[in-house]
Amino acid sequence: MANIIMFCILAVVILGSAVMCVTTKRIMRAATFMLFVLFGVAGLYFLLDYTYLGAAQISVYAGGVTMIYIFAIQLVSKRTLQGMVEKIKCSRAIGAALLSVVGLATVAFVFLKNEFMCRACEVVDAEVPIRTIGHALVGSEKYQYVLPFEFISIFLLACIIGALVVSRKVEEE
Amino acid sequence: MVPVQCYFVLSALLFFIGVYGFVTRRNLIAMLISIELVLNAVDINFAAFNRLLFPGLNEGFFMTLFSIGVSAAESAVAIAIILNVYRKFKSDTVDAISNLKH
Amino acid sequence: MDYGYTIFILLLPLLSFLILGLLGMKMSHKAAGLIGTCSLGLVTALSYYCAFQYFGADRVDGVYQTIVPFNFTWLPLGRLHFDMGIMLDPISVMMLIVISTVSFMVHIYSFGYMHGEKGFQRYYAFLSLFTMSMLGLVLATNIFQMYMFWELVGVSSYLLIGFYYPLHDAVAASKKAFIVTRFADGFFLVGILIFGYYTGSFSFSFAGQGADVIMGQGTTPFIAGDMAKAVAAGGFILPTALTLMFIGGAGKSAMFPLHIWLPDAMEGPTPVSALIHAATMVVAGVYQVARMFPLWIQYAPEAMSIIVWVGVITAFYAAAVACAQTDIKRVLAFSTISQIAFMMVALGVCTEGVTGHEHPGSVGYLAGMFHLFTHAMFKACLFLGAGCIIHAVHSNEMALMGGLRKYMPVTHATFLISCLAIAGIPFFSGFSSKDEIISACMNYSPVVGWIMTGIAAMTAFYMFRLYYGIFWGTENKEAHAHHTPHEAPLTMTIPLIVLSVITVGVGVYTTLAGFLGWGGSFGSFVTADGHDYTIHFDATVAAVSTVVAICSICLATYIYKGEQQPVADRLYATFPRLWRAAYKRFYQDEIWQFVTHKVIFRCISRPIAWFDRRVIDGTFNFAAWGTSEAGESIRVWQSGDVRLYAVWFLTGAVALTLILLAL
Repeated sequence: MANIIMFCILAVVILGSAVMCVTTKRIMRAATFMLFVLFGVAGLYFLLDYTYLGAAQISVYAGGVTMIYIFAIQLVSKRTLQGMVEKIKCSRAIGAALLSVVGLATVAFVFLKNEFMCRACEVVDAEVPIRTIGHALVGSEKYQYVLPFEFISIFLLACIIGALVVSRKVEEE
Repeated sequence: MVPVQCYFVLSALLFFIGVYGFVTRRNLIAMLISIELVLNAVDINFAAFNRLLFPGLNEGFFMTLFSIGVSAAESAVAIAIILNVYRKFKSDTVDAISNLKH
Repeated sequence: MDYGYTIFILLLPLLSFLILGLLGMKMSHKAAGLIGTCSLGLVTALSYYCAFQYFGADRVDGVYQTIVPFNFTWLPLGRLHFDMGIMLDPISVMMLIVISTVSFMVHIYSFGYMHGEKGFQRYYAFLSLFTMSMLGLVLATNIFQMYMFWELVGVSSYLLIGFYYPLHDAVAASKKAFIVTRFADGFFLVGILIFGYYTGSFSFSFAGQGADVIMGQGTTPFIAGDMAKAVAAGGFILPTALTLMFIGGAGKSAMFPLHIWLPDAMEGPTPVSALIHAATMVVAGVYQVARMFPLWIQYAPEAMSIIVWVGVITAFYAAAVACAQTDIKRVLAFSTISQIAFMMVALGVCTEGVTGHEHPGSVGYLAGMFHLFTHAMFKACLFLGAGCIIHAVHSNEMALMGGLRKYMPVTHATFLISCLAIAGIPFFSGFSSKDEIISACMNYSPVVGWIMTGIAAMTAFYMFRLYYGIFWGTENKEAHAHHTPHEAPLTMTIPLIVLSVITVGVGVYTTLAGFLGWGGSFGSFVTADGHDYTIHFDATVAAVSTVVAICSICLATYIYKGEQQPVADRLYATFPRLWRAAYKRFYQDEIWQFVTHKVIFRCISRPIAWFDRRVIDGTFNFAAWGTSEAGESIRVWQSGDVRLYAVWFLTGAVALTLILLAL
C-alpha cells in the first residue's frame, strides 16, 4: 500500500516536471525541471529496492550531468539568461503532440497486450545485496560484467578526451 | 507491490514527453535535455523489467547502470560539440546549423 | 609421320608481325626488312618441306589422307564449339605453296620497291600479318576458323591498301574495300550460322570420323555434323546456307556486282597488289567454294548454276572494261577479276553427278585449282613487272609509257612470258589450266564453253594491248630526256625471273604431259575426289583455244604495235560512248552510289536513325529526366532540420510497429 502511494507521488513529480521541462520557455527553468525529474527517477529506483542504482543516478545524473548542462547553458545562451525567451512554433507543437500521442498509444498497446505480464509475481521486499553487485561487476565468469566495466571506463576516458579536443580553442592562423 | 504495468505506462509517457520536447524546441541544449528524459525513461523500463519480471537475474540492472554511464559520457561530448557550434555559427538554435540544407 | 612443325608456319609470321609492329620504329629499315623476309623464307621452306612430305606419302585407298596435326577447342558453346587447328589436305597444301612462294617473292621485291619509304617497318609488319592470316585461312579445320582468318585478311588488306594514308584516295579506297567485303561477309556469317544451327557442327570432318561417303570411294573432307537432320529440316536450308556463304566469297573474290573495290584497291603499293589482290586474298572465295565442294555437289547441285552464271557475267564484264583502261594497274586488276571468274566458273560446272574420276564433269574442280596456282604465279609476275615500270616511269598511265623495251630488258622478257601465259599459248602454264577449264565448260554446256572461249580471246587481246602500249609504241621522248628509265635493281628483278621460270617450267611440263599422257602433273595431286587423275588434253578444245588466242594476239599486234594507232583511233571515233562507258567501268560505281545514297540512306537509314535518336534515346533521356525531377522533388526534404528528421524517423518506427501488429 505504501509503495503505491509513494509511486503515485513520484509519478506525479516526474511527469509534471517533465511536462514543465519541455514546455517552459526559459532554458534555466528547463534545466531545473530536469533535475527534479532525475531526482524522481532516483526515487523510483529506491522504490524498486535498487539502492545502488538510485545512488548512482543521484551522483552521476543529478549531480554530474546537470552540472554540465548548467555550465553549458551559461557558456552558450547569453541572451536567454538575460530573460529573452524562445518562441515555439505552433504547427510544430501540434505535429509533435500528435506524433507523441500516436506513439504512446502504440507502445502502450504493445506493452499491455503482451503475455509476459502474467509472469509478474510477488517479490520479496528486500534490496539486492551490494556484495552480489560487486562480485558481478568485476567477476569474469558467465553473466558477470568485468568486460563491460573495463570497457566503459575506457569509453569514458575517450569521451572526456574527445570532448576536450573538440571544444578547445583553435588559434587563429 | 506496485503492478508492473504502472512502470511501463510511466516510462512510455516520459519517453514521449521527451520526444515531444526534442521535436518542438529550437534551443540545442533544450533538445539535449529532452534526450535525457528519453534516456531516463528507458532506464526506468529496464530496471522495472528486471526487478519485477526476472527477479533472479541481474542483466537489466547492469544495463541501467551502464546506460547511466554512457549517457553521462554522451552528454559531455554533445556539450563539446554545441560549444563548437556556438563558436562557429554564433547561435544556439538548431536553425543555424543548416549547411546540409539544399 | 610427324607434321608438328606446321605450327611454325602460322607462328613465324605472327611473331614477325609482333616484333616488327612493336619494335619496328626502333629498327632500321634494313633490319625490319630482313626480319620480315627471313621469317617468310623460313615459312616458305617449311611449306615446301610439308608439301614434299605430304604428297610424297602413300595414298590410302587411292586418296591422300587428311592430316590434322593440331585441333583444339577454343570456345565450347554447348552443342557447337569453335575450334582452332591446322588441317592438311591436297588443296590446303597446294595453297600453302602458292601463298608462301608469292609472299616470299613480294618480300624480296619490296626491299627494292619500298626503298626509302616512310613506314617501311610498318609495311613489313602488315605483310607478315597478312601472310599469317591467309595461311590460317587455308589451314583452317572448321568454317568458323576460316571466317575468323577471313576477317583478319580483310583487315590486313585494309591496312595495306591505306598504307599511304596521307593520300585521300588511298584512304577512300581502303575504306571501300573493307566496307564492301565486310558487307559480303555478313552473308557469309549468316550462312555459317544457319549451317551450324541445323547441322550442329562447324568442323570439316576428318577422314575416318564416320563421314558420309559421297564421292565414289573417296573420303574427301567436308563438314561433319548431322546432315540428315539438316536435309530433313527443309530441302532449301542447305542450298540457302551454301549460297549465302558463296555471296561472302563473291565479295572477297570480287565477283560482279561486288567487284567495285578491287580496281580502287590499286591505290596501295604495287607489291601489295601483287600479293593480296592478285594471288592470294582474292582467291579466298574460290578456295572457300573448293573447300565446301563436296557439300555443293551433294546437297545443292542446282545452286551451282548461280556460281556459273555469276562467274560468266563477271568474266565478260571485267574483260570488256579492261579493254578500255589506260592505267596499267587497273588493266591488271580487271584482268584479275576476269581470271578469278574463270576459276569460279570452273568450280561451278562440276554438277554432272560426279561418280568417278574419269568423268569429265569433275575436271572443273581440278582445272579451277590448277588455274588458281598458275594464275597466282603469272599474275604476281605481271604486277611486280608493272611495279618495276611504275618505278622507272613514276606514273601509272599508259600514255606516258611506250618503247620501254630498250631500257628494261628483264622486265620486258618476264612481262612477255606472263602475257603469253595469260593468253593461253601452249608451253606456258596458263595454257594447260585454261584449256582444262574450257573443256569442263564445254561438257557442262556448249554455250558456256563458247562464251568462255570468247572471253579468253578478249583476255589475250587486252593483255597484248597493254603489252604493246608499254613496251612498243611511241616513246615519250621528252620525259625520257629528263630522266632515262632504267632497269630495276636486282632485288626487284630476281622475283620476276623466279616467277617466270616457274610459269615456263610448269607450262612446258604440263603441256607435254597433257599431250603425251604423262602422269605426275597437277592431276596427280589435287582432284575432286582425291584420286589420281592423268590429264589428257582434248585435242579439239586445245586447238580451238590456241587458234583463238593467236588470232587475238595478232589483232592486238595489228592495232597497237605501231608507232601510231590509226585503227584504234578510228574505232574510238566511231564508238565514243561505248569506249567512255567501258572506261568508266560501265558506271558500276555510280550505280552503287545511287543505290546506297538515294535508296538505302534516304529510305532505310534515315528513318532508322530517326527512330534511334527519338525513340530509343528519347526513352532513356526521358527516364533520366524523370529520375532527376523526382530527385529534385525529394531534395526538399533535406531541410537540414534535425528535428524533422527525428519526426520522420519516429513516424516510420510507429508505422512499422502498427503494421507488424496488424499482421
